[in-house]
Amino acid sequence: MRFSKLVLYFLILFNFSLSKLALSAGKAIEYPDKNWSFSSIFGTFDKASAQRGFQVYKEVCAGCHGMRLISYRNLAALGYNQDELKAIASQFEITDGPNDDGEFFTRPGRPSDKFASPYPNKKAAIAANGGAYPPDLSLIIKARSNGANYLHALLSGYVEPPKDMKVPEGMYYNKFYSGNLIAMPQPLYEDGIEYLDGTKASPDQMAIDVTTFLAWASEPELEERKKLGVTVILFLIVFSILSYFTMRQIWAPIKNKN
Amino acid sequence: MSKPKFKNPVVNWIDYRLPIFTFMNHELNEYPTPKNLNYFWNFGSLAGITLVIMIVTGIVLSMNYTAHIDYAFDSVERIMRDVNHGWLLRYIHMNGASFFFIVVYIHIFRGLYYGSYKAPREILWILGVLILLLMMATAFMGYVLPWGQMSFWGATVITNLFSAIPLVGESIVTWLWGGFSVDNPTLNRFFSLHFVLPFVIVGVVILHLVALHRFGSNNPIGIDVKGKQDTIPFHPYYTIKDLFGLSVFATIFAAAVFFFPNFMGHPDNYIPANPMVTPAHIVPEWYFLPFYAILRAIPDKLGGVLFMFGAIMVLFVLPWLDRSSVRSSQFRPLYKLFFWFLVIDCIALGYLGAMPAEGIYVVLSRLATAYYFFHFLIILPLLPKIESTRPLPVSISTPIITASSNASTVMAMREKK
Repeated sequence: MRFSKLVLYFLILFNFSLSKLALSAGKAIEYPDKNWSFSSIFGTFDKASAQRGFQVYKEVCAGCHGMRLISYRNLAALGYNQDELKAIASQFEITDGPNDDGEFFTRPGRPSDKFASPYPNKKAAIAANGGAYPPDLSLIIKARSNGANYLHALLSGYVEPPKDMKVPEGMYYNKFYSGNLIAMPQPLYEDGIEYLDGTKASPDQMAIDVTTFLAWASEPELEERKKLGVTVILFLIVFSILSYFTMRQIWAPIKNKN
Repeated sequence: MSKPKFKNPVVNWIDYRLPIFTFMNHELNEYPTPKNLNYFWNFGSLAGITLVIMIVTGIVLSMNYTAHIDYAFDSVERIMRDVNHGWLLRYIHMNGASFFFIVVYIHIFRGLYYGSYKAPREILWILGVLILLLMMATAFMGYVLPWGQMSFWGATVITNLFSAIPLVGESIVTWLWGGFSVDNPTLNRFFSLHFVLPFVIVGVVILHLVALHRFGSNNPIGIDVKGKQDTIPFHPYYTIKDLFGLSVFATIFAAAVFFFPNFMGHPDNYIPANPMVTPAHIVPEWYFLPFYAILRAIPDKLGGVLFMFGAIMVLFVLPWLDRSSVRSSQFRPLYKLFFWFLVIDCIALGYLGAMPAEGIYVVLSRLATAYYFFHFLIILPLLPKIESTRPLPVSISTPIITASSNASTVMAMREKK
């Protein structure tokens, strides 16, 4: 069996197992591919976009959606310095305690705090949203198949429903949502927020920015991972080549005898 | 001890009292190995190395993991976000499971193709099947530990299979769960078992190696080693070949870990487990899909469970189902054909296991399941009666001379003599 053949078989098997999983998602709705800055092998997060995305999250999404796995200190990865982090954290009220008197109290946030939750608990979140729990966004990009394109499409998918469709009270039509009826009202409107860096806040721009921010939140290790990956793969390729020729050298007497 | 075996006097002193160096020299250095092994023989050592990788990363992960339904998901996320290189450890471990199965499945199909399960290697083969079973149990329980949606619902579906056992089924499920649903006691025991089973696997792997070294490796032409001229020492020939194989494997593995770490996973497992919300499709990890397809193909629950386990059980008795005295497919034209049918059938089962159990998929699953058992239970026992095998070579060192071999080979042979 020639080695090239083996590699071919291996790759076929490997690819097959992967494509199978992709298929297992079922008849998925097609989302426009946005070519994210972070999706290629050398991809990194567009930090300016992620910072704007954080602003979108803070001013729009955070009304209903928590991000319980993220701390304010983590935002340093988006390019904020320590003073900025302290300033950002202190904008939020954090419930702490119990103190020495056994009382819970609120205080301004610190960088070490996790993002303040919009609701005191899950039940309160469900009650405030007509029975639908607004999912936590810490991992949302990893928790959805084709997550970044999905989220961007979802945020841009609020269009007029087809004439023959009756949209029930408290539900909204979204062409990219499975079943087309979503409990989340359209969150992004033209100039819904005013970007600190002066970028024009079109709904598409905001959708792109907040997706970039949430992609970072889902995979904060992505840049380090890909950078290390390139080094490791290059090393292994060189190592493979060297070990191949060493092997040829060692095997030469055996091969020549035959 | 006639004369010292080793140059180093300390090694000699120890070896005289504890012959561990003699043992290592015998089994890893001079161990006579057929000289015609192809690259498919790399997958045994790859499987062993993957097992070690899994155990090492697993031990470090367990130091940072909390086996409690309220903390498990978050402790995994803490590993991903706050533990130094925790993401690397977890992605190696997570993808390592998939690669372990890729390697082992290739290893198994190599055994099938070259008849490595035949006498005198039946016990070697049976121990291998046992390792596969243990791996499946370990992988299943490992997948439960992050306590995501697929963890929880996968555990619920699979443990519920035992309820199909007549009379005591329900009690067994309650006993497995440690309660009346998949809950904290279940997670705790799964963690405990997931930790200990790999060491059981190591034990069986050692037995697998002892059995292997009794008669040595099979080889691509499947005939016994006739003498010294057919073998070469394991070191340096196969150590370097295994090293080269490992470096290629590691490159592919690293590509998955660093660039597509979640490709073989399911996005739903990044949603914390919620007993009140059932995912749209509950799908096991890809390496279980063929068995999942068999399970769902049978309309009866107990029947499905029996056929699913039967798909593995049939492998245990394989050496007695295939009675052909010729090992390698190279000399069994019909068996070779049916081997590839089986490969296609298993891939088809894997595909069908990922599809929803409805419409045409159900019909195809049933056909593929039927063929799987037809292959082992009907085709293999019948084949030796109708198959005319090709003439076997005299020895590994002697190339085969048949009518089909071309003149130049014969000429080359003559020149050498």
